[in-house]
Amino acid sequence: MARKVPEINASSTADIAFLLLIFFLVATTMNVDSGIRRQLPPMPDENEIEALDINRRNILLVFVNASDNIMVGGQLLDITQVKDRVKEFISNPTNDPNKPEKVATDIENLGNYSVSRGVISLTNDRGTSYNMYVMVQNELTRAFNELRDELSQRRFDRKFSELNEDQAKAVTEAIPVKISEAEPRNSGGI
Amino acid sequence: MAQFRSKGKKDVPGISTSSLPDIIFMLLFFFMVSTTMREQEVLIQYTLPTATEIQKLENKSLASFIYIGSPAPHLVGMFGTSPRIQLNDSFRTAPEIGQFIAAERDKLAERDRPLLTVTLKADQNVRMGIITDVKQELRKASALRIVYAASQGRGYE
Repeated sequence: MARKVPEINASSTADIAFLLLIFFLVATTMNVDSGIRRQLPPMPDENEIEALDINRRNILLVFVNASDNIMVGGQLLDITQVKDRVKEFISNPTNDPNKPEKVATDIENLGNYSVSRGVISLTNDRGTSYNMYVMVQNELTRAFNELRDELSQRRFDRKFSELNEDQAKAVTEAIPVKISEAEPRNSGGI
Repeated sequence: MAQFRSKGKKDVPGISTSSLPDIIFMLLFFFMVSTTMREQEVLIQYTLPTATEIQKLENKSLASFIYIGSPAPHLVGMFGTSPRIQLNDSFRTAPEIGQFIAAERDKLAERDRPLLTVTLKADQNVRMGIITDVKQELRKASALRIVYAASQGRGYE
C-alpha cells in the first residue's frame, strides 16, 4: 500500500521569485551606452619630429573657437553647413587641384576606386563647449557615413548598414574615416 | 434526485496561483538578460550631449568609464561646482589617469588589452579644456580607443 506523500507547499516560490526580481531591478541598469567612436593619435615621440608628409591640399582644417564659432578651411560656417562642406572636400567631385588628390586603388569586391586622401583636422580651443565639440564630431561622422551610404547605394543598391561583411569592408576601405584631433589651442584664456 | 440538491451558498473556487512563480521567473530572467550590473556610484551630475551618428558600445567588459562634470548636488558643499574627473569611486586629477588605465588593463585578459575602450561620459556644459587634459593623458597611456558618450538626439534640426 503506497502511502500518500504530502505535497510541498509551493505558494512561497512566487515570493522568492519576486524578491530576486526586485533585487535585479535595483542592482542593474538598463541603459545601453552609446557614443561617437574615435581613435586618438598616438603621442608623438619627443626625439623624432613628426614628418609632415601630408600635402597641403589634402588637409581640411576645422577649428572651433572658444565662442563655439566654427571655421572650416578658412571660412566661418554654421553647424548646418559643415557636413556638406566636408563631403564636398572628401569626395572632390570636380577634381579641383585645391582639394584632396585621389589614388586609384584596387579594392576587393569593389574593383577600381579612387580613394580620397583627404584628412579632416579638427582643432578646438580649451574654452570650446563640449556640446559644440560633440556636435561638430557628429557632423564629421555624418559626412563620412553619408558618403559611405552613397557609395553603397551606387555599387550594391543597399544602405551601408545593410551590406554584408565583405561589402562593408570594401566600402570602409574606399572611404576611410580620417579625422585627426590635433593639439588644442588656448586663445580663450581658460 | 441527489445531484440537484444545492447547498445554501456556493463556494467560488479560488484562482489557482500555481503559475504565478513561473510568470515572475520569466520577468526575472528578462531583467537578468537585458540589464547590466551597476558597477559604481556616479558622483557627478551629467547630461550627455546628443548626437545622431552614435554607435552602441559593443563589449561592456572592454569598456572603462571616465566621468567628467560638476559634483552631484549633495557633494557641492564639499567639492564646489567646478568640473571634476571621476575615476572608479572618487574624484581624481588628470595625471592619475595613467595609473587608472594601467589598473583597467590589468583587469582584462592578455589578448583583450589592446581593445580597451575608454568611454568619456562628460556633461554637455563642460569646457573642452578638462576634456583635452584627459585626452592627452589617455594618449600618454596609449589608450587610444575612445568613445564620446552621447545620447540619441535629432541633431541641430
